[in-house]
Amino acid sequence: MVRDVEGLPQLTNEEIKRYSRHLIMPEVGVDGQRRLKAGSVLCVGAGGLGSPAAMYLAAAGVGRIGIVDFDVVDYSNLQRQIIHGTSSIGKTKLQSAKERLADINPHIQIDTYETALSSENALELFAPYDVILDGTDNFPTRYLTNDACVLLGKPNAYGSIFRFEGQASVFAAKDGPCYRCLYPEPPPPGLVPSCAEGGVLGVLPGVIGVIQATETIKLITGIGEPLIGRFMIYDALRMKFRELKLRKDPDCPVCGKNPTVTKLIDYEEFCGLRPSVEAEAKAAVASSQAPSQTEISAVELKQRMDRGDALVIVDVREPNEYQINRIPGSQLIPLGEIPRRYAELDPEAEIVVQCKMGGRSAKAADYLRTVGFKRVLNLKGGILDWVDKVDPSQPKY
Amino acid sequence: MATKILIPTPLRPYTDKQEAVEASGATIGELLADLTTKYSGLKAHLYNEQGKLRSFVNIYINDEDIRYLQKDQTPVGEADTVSIIPSVAGGV
Repeated sequence: MVRDVEGLPQLTNEEIKRYSRHLIMPEVGVDGQRRLKAGSVLCVGAGGLGSPAAMYLAAAGVGRIGIVDFDVVDYSNLQRQIIHGTSSIGKTKLQSAKERLADINPHIQIDTYETALSSENALELFAPYDVILDGTDNFPTRYLTNDACVLLGKPNAYGSIFRFEGQASVFAAKDGPCYRCLYPEPPPPGLVPSCAEGGVLGVLPGVIGVIQATETIKLITGIGEPLIGRFMIYDALRMKFRELKLRKDPDCPVCGKNPTVTKLIDYEEFCGLRPSVEAEAKAAVASSQAPSQTEISAVELKQRMDRGDALVIVDVREPNEYQINRIPGSQLIPLGEIPRRYAELDPEAEIVVQCKMGGRSAKAADYLRTVGFKRVLNLKGGILDWVDKVDPSQPKY
Repeated sequence: MATKILIPTPLRPYTDKQEAVEASGATIGELLADLTTKYSGLKAHLYNEQGKLRSFVNIYINDEDIRYLQKDQTPVGEADTVSIIPSVAGGV
């Protein structure tokens, strides 16, 4: 993908002044900077990872930067999504990002796509760009991005974060592994919390996002050794970087010798978020045979509590969350401790399990049912819904 | 013979928050069986109902993926470090 020098755009005098610190380095030089000017990257996501990545790529003079995001800037974003500021609250992330990037570097072209990436649009969106920078936050989109990159032959500058740990690599490069070579299967939904549920150290995506930007620059200019076949893991608390070997799997269904995935699929279904038609039919039959409620809404819970129903409310969040807000009368058993402590609960009692948004509590509820609890309800929407609908005097987070 | 196993953040709730634990075994299979006996909360995360290692969790011995060695028959020594590397998706 590294372009020949012939045919590269020239640098203007202003650009020469701007990029002087690149030009005086033999590793980049005028030719390298011209390659950046001719180069292009599509950032999928203008959030934690996309923010620092896009800013540094703009500063570096990548000639064309595309951004895909359909979200609106919210207060809780500002702890880490530094492309956005307090004055951007309420704006679309695209609007906010475009303004910031245009200020960093008015010489580049910024394309914005206010849409969710999907199997219907991914191939077309990716096509004009040299490198795809995966800054998304969910498994279906990560698999979609990977598969589209492999099908199109475009490298995927990958990064992901969780709490204080990050991962980075370059997938789908020629002769290199793809994301599915490493993880053929996604985890079942709800097993790995999102940033909203697990939290994230604000500075973490800053490090990983810029690593992704670094890899993008190396791929476009052809310098250095990219993270192809290398999986970098970063632990911010211990300040350690580790590297693991990644191999291209010859049996990989997307990039292997005999690929079975030759077009984009339904990734929500692949990740178990939308049951297949057969599974839905089975579930419909099962529920008509044995109707049992598995969820309760915040409003319904309040009604039952007011009525004096004997309910045991189990909060499965972490102690620091329990300090922020809680449902009166609830007891705290953090999710990880449930297997060891469920004996503290009366198996004959009617139990309502609750967390922040309903994800962790759903897992806890499933677990309790497998160890013999017959009457377990998951609080739909978690304590955030409780605060919205029942008790707005408590803070949200 | 005890070998060090590095526990990734999403699984630390099941190992009393420890980031590294020790377990015994001459092969990866034995080692992980010992690990999930000591910390039973891990079992469902590492193994499916058929007792097979889940494929969104990768096991590395030092810096090599066991899938490209001898999988759960891969021999393990005291000086080796075994890492559990799960997939995470966070990016926003």
